[in-house]
Amino acid sequence: MTAILTTHNLTVGYTQGKRVTPLLSDLNLTMHQGRLIALLGQNGAGKSTLLRALTCAAQPLSGTIEIQGRNINEISQRERSRLIGLVSTDRIAVGGLTVSELVALGRQPHTGFLGRLSEEDHEIVAQSIADVGISHKAGSYVADLSDGERQKAMIARALAQQTPIIILDEPTAFLDVASRIEAMQLLHSLAHDRDKAVLLSSHDVSQSLLLADDLWLITRDRQVIQGPTADILQTDAMDRLFTTPRVTFNPTILDYQWRPDI
Amino acid sequence: MRHRYGIMLTTLLVALVLLVVACMLFGSVDIPAARVLDIVLGRGSDNRAWEIIVLNSRLPMIVTATLAGAALAVSGLLLQTTFNNPLAGPSILGVSTGAGLGVAIIMLAMGGTIGSVFGQTVGSYVATLLGALLGAGAVLAILIVFSSIVRSSTMLLIIGVLVSYLASSVISLLNSVASEEGVHNYVAWGFGNFSGVGLDQLPVYVVLILLSLAGAWLMVKPLNALLLGTRYAQNLGVNTHRVRWQLLLITGVLTAVVTAFCGPIGFLGLVVPHIARLMLATSNHSRLIPVTIIAGADVALLCTLLSVNGRHGVIPINAITPIIGVPIILYIILNRRKIHYFN
Repeated sequence: MTAILTTHNLTVGYTQGKRVTPLLSDLNLTMHQGRLIALLGQNGAGKSTLLRALTCAAQPLSGTIEIQGRNINEISQRERSRLIGLVSTDRIAVGGLTVSELVALGRQPHTGFLGRLSEEDHEIVAQSIADVGISHKAGSYVADLSDGERQKAMIARALAQQTPIIILDEPTAFLDVASRIEAMQLLHSLAHDRDKAVLLSSHDVSQSLLLADDLWLITRDRQVIQGPTADILQTDAMDRLFTTPRVTFNPTILDYQWRPDI
Repeated sequence: MRHRYGIMLTTLLVALVLLVVACMLFGSVDIPAARVLDIVLGRGSDNRAWEIIVLNSRLPMIVTATLAGAALAVSGLLLQTTFNNPLAGPSILGVSTGAGLGVAIIMLAMGGTIGSVFGQTVGSYVATLLGALLGAGAVLAILIVFSSIVRSSTMLLIIGVLVSYLASSVISLLNSVASEEGVHNYVAWGFGNFSGVGLDQLPVYVVLILLSLAGAWLMVKPLNALLLGTRYAQNLGVNTHRVRWQLLLITGVLTAVVTAFCGPIGFLGLVVPHIARLMLATSNHSRLIPVTIIAGADVALLCTLLSVNGRHGVIPINAITPIIGVPIILYIILNRRKIHYFN
């Protein structure tokens, strides 16, 4: 297992004027190549804030992030764009692009000043679309896609970026169950078959536990527990996520449920 | 896709040639087509007045209108992408009015009359241009500040309209201390006019606009990345902060130069990018920019043709642009859900 991204005493949070609010403190986390990590935690726990720091969308309050042993702040933005690919939940108006054109935007870190695509770029775009299984939609407008197809197109765009790390902020949030399972399965095989380090935040506990190799759990007291999924399931960690006392984890169904007896 | 681009570009270029010819032939003075041809080909004419009309009036007016249309259309496109707001445009966001205010302040400070750049010395029209640039730049700076505070694009439009009202009222206040002739000139300038650029000023106008248009064309890659929003664009390696400033600088120069010479022209900047998108059915800037440039030139020439053929003298450009612009904007708003590039 090769570590590709590590954090050292990382503290993330937000600043409003002079007020600094740390959300998660002193994190020492590791992403490994070829492994899918699920980041779980209740709303407001700091999942997005952590992902924003890891993708350099926001500066951490303290501590460092290293990619392949190099401080992320010393890596140029251009080089970073070849290391980390992003899929977020931001609503974007790209309906006027075809799937191919959207995915081709992922080649930007590799193309020249005017962004012209080489023969090789075109092949990578086509392959990325094939990898997420929507080749038949390559010429369709993004506006004509279903939510599930749209998310696959966004994942294909990140694939075309050819980064060793892919970070996804709630990639399955707006999907129905079938598309959700399909997307998770896709990310799982990308990590394993392409040796990519994939990190996603999710509220879909059972699919995450089924398919993620590692978990990063943000507990209700803002500790982050990390480890292989199988190991974590041996502990009581899953019961420390939510502040709602009567919602408890049931290992047999790999999900949370209401406990009426207290 | 490529096919459609070729067809549309050819259509627009043919229309451009036809409109240029029409603007050469038709105007407030009737000149036989054969004579116009003689004059253009340098064979001269026995009628000195016709020669002056064709070479010193119609020709510069055509060049002015062509470039003004292209410039405003491209600045509208850049504003729409930069602010991620399909209803943005240089006039609706107050950039044109800001440029107008800059011009007004400079003209008054120099003791001259507002609005007219006719027959001025080189120094004074350079000052007018600088005034327009500073005014447009100030409004763009205000918009940048507000765009980081208010996230809603509708609110930003309203702020643009408010800034525009404010600039207009300051201009009116300035007018109240200006000479009567100054006010008259200002009002005339406010109507919009493509015949205000003299032959001696034309080179500066042409060079500034062509350079800015070339600059816009070079921004195709980051513009396309910005379609995905700031966060994705940054992840794709785009320095969004720097790119935004570059785009607004180009927009500012394009709008300011046109406004200084032609007055605040409404609607073109807002409408033409939509015409281009609807024609091409794409939001890809590599095809959108060339088509926006040519379509902008076409629309401006069409307005010119209509304006110089009024029965009782010249019709103001700003009386014509809404007639073309408003129906298109209404169509777009009403069909929002059906139009791909909104979704």
